[in-house]
Amino acid sequence: MKKIINFFLTLSGILLLGSGVFAADLKVGFVYVGPPGDFGWTYQHDQGRKAVEKAFGDRVETTFAENVPEGADAERVMTQMALSGHDMIFATSFGYMDPVMNVAAKFPNVKFEHATGYKRADNVSTYSARFYEGRSVIGHIAGKMTKSNVVGYIASFPIPEVVRGINAAYLAAKAANPNVKFKIVWVFTWFDPAKEADAANALIDQGADVLMAHTDSPSPLTVAEERGVFAFGQASDMLQFGPNARLGSIIDDWDPYYIARVQAALDGTWESTDTWDGLAPGMAALGGFHEKIPMDVRAEAMNLAVAIAGGRTHSFTGPINRQDGSAWLAEGETADDGTLLGMNFYVEGIEGDIPQ
Amino acid sequence: MIKLVPRTKKSPIISAIIPILAVGLTMIFGGILFWILGKDPFETIRMIFWDPLMNETFADYARPQILVKAAPLILIAIGLSFGFRANIWNIGAEGQFIMGAIFSGALGLAFYPQESVLLFPLMIFFGVIGGVFWASIPALLRTYFNTNEILVSLMLVYVAEQVLAAASIGFLRNPEGAGFPGSRNLSQYPSAANLEIISGSGIHWGVATAFVSVIFFYILLYKHKFGFQVSLSGMSPKAARLSGVNPRLLVILCLALSGGLAGLAGMFELTGPAGQITIDFNVGYGFTAIIVAFLGRLNPIGILFSGMLMALTYVGGELTQFMLNLPAAAIQVFQGMLLFFLLSMDLLVNYKIKLARF
Repeated sequence: MKKIINFFLTLSGILLLGSGVFAADLKVGFVYVGPPGDFGWTYQHDQGRKAVEKAFGDRVETTFAENVPEGADAERVMTQMALSGHDMIFATSFGYMDPVMNVAAKFPNVKFEHATGYKRADNVSTYSARFYEGRSVIGHIAGKMTKSNVVGYIASFPIPEVVRGINAAYLAAKAANPNVKFKIVWVFTWFDPAKEADAANALIDQGADVLMAHTDSPSPLTVAEERGVFAFGQASDMLQFGPNARLGSIIDDWDPYYIARVQAALDGTWESTDTWDGLAPGMAALGGFHEKIPMDVRAEAMNLAVAIAGGRTHSFTGPINRQDGSAWLAEGETADDGTLLGMNFYVEGIEGDIPQ
Repeated sequence: MIKLVPRTKKSPIISAIIPILAVGLTMIFGGILFWILGKDPFETIRMIFWDPLMNETFADYARPQILVKAAPLILIAIGLSFGFRANIWNIGAEGQFIMGAIFSGALGLAFYPQESVLLFPLMIFFGVIGGVFWASIPALLRTYFNTNEILVSLMLVYVAEQVLAAASIGFLRNPEGAGFPGSRNLSQYPSAANLEIISGSGIHWGVATAFVSVIFFYILLYKHKFGFQVSLSGMSPKAARLSGVNPRLLVILCLALSGGLAGLAGMFELTGPAGQITIDFNVGYGFTAIIVAFLGRLNPIGILFSGMLMALTYVGGELTQFMLNLPAAAIQVFQGMLLFFLLSMDLLVNYKIKLARF
């Protein structure tokens, strides 16, 4: 018996040694809230991870943990990553915020990058994209392409990010087509293909002929393809899920940011920063436009995108009233980032209430 | 031909060997799975079962973390086991877990930011009340309207999730949270915080409660009349009735007990490891606890071990993800195999296998 135990101890010792032989200059861990196969939010972060691997080759080793629940489990996963010698951790969901802060306090030498959060420390940076800029562009297309004048919107959770997207899309759609109406369904999930499909069907039944989604799966687009209406790709391009239905897409492109941050860590120039980039640096990018969109509409959409990227137009330019009719932005005034980051009201013209 | 012959006497040796056998079989078939996925099966299995306990890099952190992960599973599973013994099927512990958290959290937040030593005990009480309240709905519906408690308790999980979402974005939302969903962090509110008992380990009062519960409910189950009545009702409802068991009362008590413990677990999880009421506060403890209860053979001490085994596969499984790039789904399959082998091996406890000729 003793011999057997000894054998296994030796064996595990050998395996232990074996796992520590390979060492890159920098070990980077990614924590995902969903599966990389969601073809949406997590998929794009995983594309960013692959871009880092490709850019740095053997100098950087990347790892990831998927389907990590927000809260205590996330804290444990990140702690174990830090313990196992990761130098840098990308936490890619809002709900990882407090866990990131806790783990970062315990491991001052590990660099943390937290997506969409607002708490920072010497070793915690935050980053997010101005997706609303992309939503203005597809909102314009939606306003031009709808024949029923009803645009269906599948919203996840009533948080500022989502409310901002609805407002930006609505304002652009309204400018393109004064008769447009938005029907909004809150599904209270980021990723539930069945629920998203139900919402899409319900919206089409209510007369929507263009769908927008702020959830992670391609299922609204699949439904649109089946039912013969239009929709947009969300987070990733999603062209393959609706070749006839997909008018365009907003793409989360994390590749340049991830490569830049890993480069900074390698160079020793990494600092805690807060990044909120939009169409200009390409963190929020646009997929190709469908050929069914008339040439003039495509040109308008492109011009809008270029104007936003160039800072000549802002998605929220006054005059804009709040839903209750009170004034928000005066003529020519643009929204400040503080209001946008905490946006909890609809603009005038949108019907219904934000769930509270 | 293979024939199954019921055992007249249950062998304690076989009962003891079977879990080990099942773990062994899981390792073999799991190893084959990992090998097919292109990973070293020995290294993967070592990482799941050995590294969280013994690897010098991880063990100091991971050992207490296993207890932290196991504590809610153990608490909930013990509560469920009483009902399961009496054929009362509470499948909705997940919902009761949520309601315990919401009740206790709402109470704590109502008193924020006042400090009082009474608040934490009162929150514990409210956590239990929340769970009991949610479990009493299927209990009363079954006793008075003869509804099926399996369906009602399960459906109430989804109702509880909606209440949780409403709490996170509405009535319990942190007013200083920049409009994001989620309550204030209760673990940062001294009077409401479920603090670490041993500093730096993560071990909180819920872990201690889970251990005390194991002893308490073991005695209740085997040394007290209530435990006897529960077991008797499961084996022979008729005999139980004749010996004076009130079946209605038993349904109510068993559901209240499981709901109360689930609510308690939710309270400890909220005020300690999780900290906040968020939309994704619940991560499936209430459902996993059903498995833990059966793995532990509906016995509090067995549940203690099965809870820790499940926790070990979670913690070790995470390691394999970012150390070996194993997909999370492979770990879930591995956990599924473990349960499958353990439950199917139960056959050997109750039956002998005989090779017979035609």
